[in-house]
Amino acid sequence: MNLKFDKTISLGLYRQMLVIRRTEEQHARSYAAGHILGACHTYIGEEAVSTGVCAHLRNDDAVFSTHRGHGHALAKGVPIREVIAELFGKVTGCSQGRGGSMHLFSPEVGMMGTSGIVGPCILQAAGAGYSFKLLQSDSVGVAFFGDGAVSNGAFHEGLTMAAKWQLPTLFVCENNLFATEIAFSTATENPEVANRAAAYGLPGVVLDGNNVETVYEVAGEAIERARSGGGPTLIECKTYRTRPHSEGMRDAGYRTQEEIDSWKKRDPIAAWGEKIIAANLADATELETINEDIQSEVEEAAQYAMDSPWPDPSTIFNHLYSKTSDA
Amino acid sequence: MREITYTDAAREGLTEEMANDPTIFVVGEGIGPRGGNFNTTTGLHELYGDMRLRDTGITERGFTGLCTGAAMTGSRPVVDYMFHDFALDALGEIVNQIPKIQYMSSGRLKMPIVLRGCIGVGGAAATHHSGSYYPIFAHLPGFRVCLPSTPYDVKGLLKTAIRSDDPVIFMEHKSLLNARGHVPEEEYLIPFGTSNICREGNHITVVALTTMVQATLDVASDLETEGISVEVIDPRTIAPLDIETILKSVNKTGRLLIADETWAPCGIGAEIASQVVDRGFDDLDAPIRRLNGAHTNIPYSAPLEAAVVPQKDDIRTALRDLVAE
Repeated sequence: MNLKFDKTISLGLYRQMLVIRRTEEQHARSYAAGHILGACHTYIGEEAVSTGVCAHLRNDDAVFSTHRGHGHALAKGVPIREVIAELFGKVTGCSQGRGGSMHLFSPEVGMMGTSGIVGPCILQAAGAGYSFKLLQSDSVGVAFFGDGAVSNGAFHEGLTMAAKWQLPTLFVCENNLFATEIAFSTATENPEVANRAAAYGLPGVVLDGNNVETVYEVAGEAIERARSGGGPTLIECKTYRTRPHSEGMRDAGYRTQEEIDSWKKRDPIAAWGEKIIAANLADATELETINEDIQSEVEEAAQYAMDSPWPDPSTIFNHLYSKTSDA
Repeated sequence: MREITYTDAAREGLTEEMANDPTIFVVGEGIGPRGGNFNTTTGLHELYGDMRLRDTGITERGFTGLCTGAAMTGSRPVVDYMFHDFALDALGEIVNQIPKIQYMSSGRLKMPIVLRGCIGVGGAAATHHSGSYYPIFAHLPGFRVCLPSTPYDVKGLLKTAIRSDDPVIFMEHKSLLNARGHVPEEEYLIPFGTSNICREGNHITVVALTTMVQATLDVASDLETEGISVEVIDPRTIAPLDIETILKSVNKTGRLLIADETWAPCGIGAEIASQVVDRGFDDLDAPIRRLNGAHTNIPYSAPLEAAVVPQKDDIRTALRDLVAE
């Protein structure tokens, strides 16, 4: 069996998904150990989405994300240790300890923030698209959001504007079937997302969000279309988080153990690894070496975060206003 | 000396800035070829086209959020709400996003966005088109809040607002739009946090906002014949607030009245009074007084509408009473 991508791309995707998985597992351990101060929403099970999309993005492309955003930050290029340190509240975190899990900022790599409020990322990504069109660059804005955001007005308003003004924007819905613990089918009579695109006049594509190959391919086409003036695309990635909504919360109760187990069997990383081996791009030993390297990198990052200093309380007013401002 | 209207002065400021900086764009309902409900953009669409004069649907939350993302990525959006009441549909973006971006990104992102629109009671606009919600925004860390009361101020402050890398709430009282005043031909800017001492006096200090400035100046002229000397200060921006000028004036007069069209509870007058008591208590010869609109909703019918806003007679009475205390 051959894969559509060469070894570099295939292993790159594999590696990126593993970076997210191992980092999130570290977060779960760190949370249990009391090192993460606030909420922690892991992305385990959904790694193929951010990995497949962000593989096409440059530092000057702008990603706007959600409360479940560690995977987006890592895939966009925020160093592992800056993500972990931020969750520990340390000054070496990507937001210098001001944000935590839900406010990961790293504009130098185009990570324009995860957000504790569901919806605004859709509008802000459209706004980045507006800027890039106005400034005549070929950058794109990308919003990652869950099925929970689809019933929010921001989805309606953002897609309406982006389609009408043909903004270079990608709307990536990670439909993981639950908004916290409320099933998407409980919240809406139409539990599909991509087919709503027609109402706004932009292309909508639904795909298996646990298949990194498909995500990579579809996102690549949509991003290329946006860069070349073809306007926005809505991509619905059907996926599933296999851990609780937030660390410390219940795993099942609102969903069955059978459902969780069935999705664990569709693990995006294991599936991609099998395909890589079947295509003779690498063998199991090689993949295990990648895994061990990443595991060490994550452990070193966690130690770095542990050893990092706390932010200085005298800085609480810094950057409230810009330096160029009067008064 | 050239005299133009408040609206023309503001539009002149916007035009000058747009000519100098191609990253500025305006969004709003009817601000394209129509030129804005209040003529805020008349003629500009012909000059700058769709991308820079963007007509929108009635989607305040949508275009406010869009402009937030645009301001994070190199543009300088000016959001024209027409009536600032409509900005409340975007309150989540305005409270939870816009003033927090610079801070949460440790200054690596800027937020050069102007949120402008008309405020105030008048013209039987009734309760959804008469709001003056500036205390809400002055309460939030991260914002600049401008309340220009003259053609000179509206132009100078709008240019500063557009050039600012901080988010600015910019509120223009409907009753002032046709007011005429001196506006120089040459360029000028008014820094935030610089109040205007509109009239010097010795017996009593009045801090007045928006429409209350001219009303107080009119009353002050009358009272001069009674031997009452009134100093009138227009802060022009309430965030930042130029408290030093107010303290200096109270040090001279010993008496302070704050005249503000909108509601008293948790308002700007309460904030000014508190700061003056904190730092200028020994200068006070009488209690600080506030003159505010009635703490009720804004009704439609003319006699009801007039009853909720301080009138010149109310200012006159308040000043006489305070001088007598």
